[in-house]
Amino acid sequence: MRWCRPTVADMALATRAVPRPSTLATLWRSTIGKKTVMAVTGVVMLLFLVAHMLGNLKIFFGAGDYNAYASWLRTIGEPALHHGWFLWIMRVGLVASVAGHVVSAWQLSRRDLAARPTAYVHRRPRASYATRTMRWGGVILALFIVWHILDLTTLTVNPRAEPGHPYENVVADFHNWYADVIYLVAMLALGLHIRHGFRSAAQTLGAVTRRGDRAFRIAGNVLALVLTAGFVAVPVSVMTGVLN
Amino acid sequence: MRLTLRIWRQPGPDADGAMTTYEVDGIAPEMSFLEMLDTLNERLITEGEDPVAFDHDCREGICGACGMVINGRAHGPERTTTCQLHMRHFADGDTVDVEPWRAAAFPVVRDLVVDRSAFDRIIGAGGYVTVPTGSAPEAHATPVPKPAADTAFEHAECIGCGACVAACPNGSAMLFTSAKVVHLNVLPQGAPERESRVLDMVGQMDAEGFGGCTNTGECAVACPKGIPLPSIAAMNREFLRAARKAPR
Repeated sequence: MRWCRPTVADMALATRAVPRPSTLATLWRSTIGKKTVMAVTGVVMLLFLVAHMLGNLKIFFGAGDYNAYASWLRTIGEPALHHGWFLWIMRVGLVASVAGHVVSAWQLSRRDLAARPTAYVHRRPRASYATRTMRWGGVILALFIVWHILDLTTLTVNPRAEPGHPYENVVADFHNWYADVIYLVAMLALGLHIRHGFRSAAQTLGAVTRRGDRAFRIAGNVLALVLTAGFVAVPVSVMTGVLN
Repeated sequence: MRLTLRIWRQPGPDADGAMTTYEVDGIAPEMSFLEMLDTLNERLITEGEDPVAFDHDCREGICGACGMVINGRAHGPERTTTCQLHMRHFADGDTVDVEPWRAAAFPVVRDLVVDRSAFDRIIGAGGYVTVPTGSAPEAHATPVPKPAADTAFEHAECIGCGACVAACPNGSAMLFTSAKVVHLNVLPQGAPERESRVLDMVGQMDAEGFGGCTNTGECAVACPKGIPLPSIAAMNREFLRAARKAPR
């Protein structure tokens, strides 16, 4: 065996009696690891939302195109995948993302609130509106997701509830003032959530550098604006009679 | 100059505290905030009252001992340490609120003094380089690239005052820990312990009860030494890299 001079690293290692936990355990036990879960699941949901928003815009090409697009979604991956399997695989991934995002947010929030048990007597406004509303904005979005699935996926609360006719269901839905209000409030919350969340995810994943910081802030703002505008376009068009 | 001070008075770690009002007269604009408190304390002592306890040492803005939250801002309205904050930044007749750093990991010892030994334990967990003892090494034996030296020096400026924790709504020590991690990890001397350093320091930071980072950026605004917010991203990068590598 070749003789090697002990390096500084060997000396440091010799003092470690307990082996390190695995990569996954290291991540899940640390605040940075939990934030990584939030960042990755957030990016997954964001990518889905971009596709969802672009798909929604097909509604402006008329009922035929929109309904054909909706039924095409169920044929993706055929014949390797059965009819509708692609959607189910995506739903499983999205539910896992929501669960990971919510559980991490809950655990981190509890920890954050415990770390500052005493408030300052002299209060002053802190951070931006988007930053301050991340937690309650997230709660609003979670409630919206439940309502949205009951409304346009299971059609449980939809006023028309005609399976296979999403165009008609959407238009019927947004003739109700309360559906418009719920939808508009949720999409504003979404925009604010992405405005802070996108740059946060980049920071957590270590993508932000001093030069790139501004670019990430701008990208987050653009994504927030485009997604909110794209999603809001549908109910606003129904309300103003552009879609009927 | 005359000021109305509302100062947090708390006789001991477990005692109840409250804001107490004091009128302080005869303040010169060139006085530092600590000298203004000295003026108040001299009067309190002659009146037979307990002086206001606060931490201080060098009074040159380089040791990190002093620190209090002034009108809701760590170290007050200027980007400097409390000892280098001058009374000219206040107007005659102002009411000024003075509170200790607030964080679960920084328990109040007395009045404006908090126990910051949690920072020492984070440093003890990995904020050093292990070197063989002996005579001083030849300065040119380990070349350091200029950009690395600049980054290391910028982060070595952190004086561990705790303003980042005090300013953070989550009482998070991410900016402090990132300054120390980046300072040593960017240098060749810190390379052998690059992974263990960030894993151990972050582990200790979490164990001390500091909160997580929610990217509000309050820390980087409060930091008297201008440690930038992207340093936290650099530490996250180091942490994720170290966690990915085969744990040992």
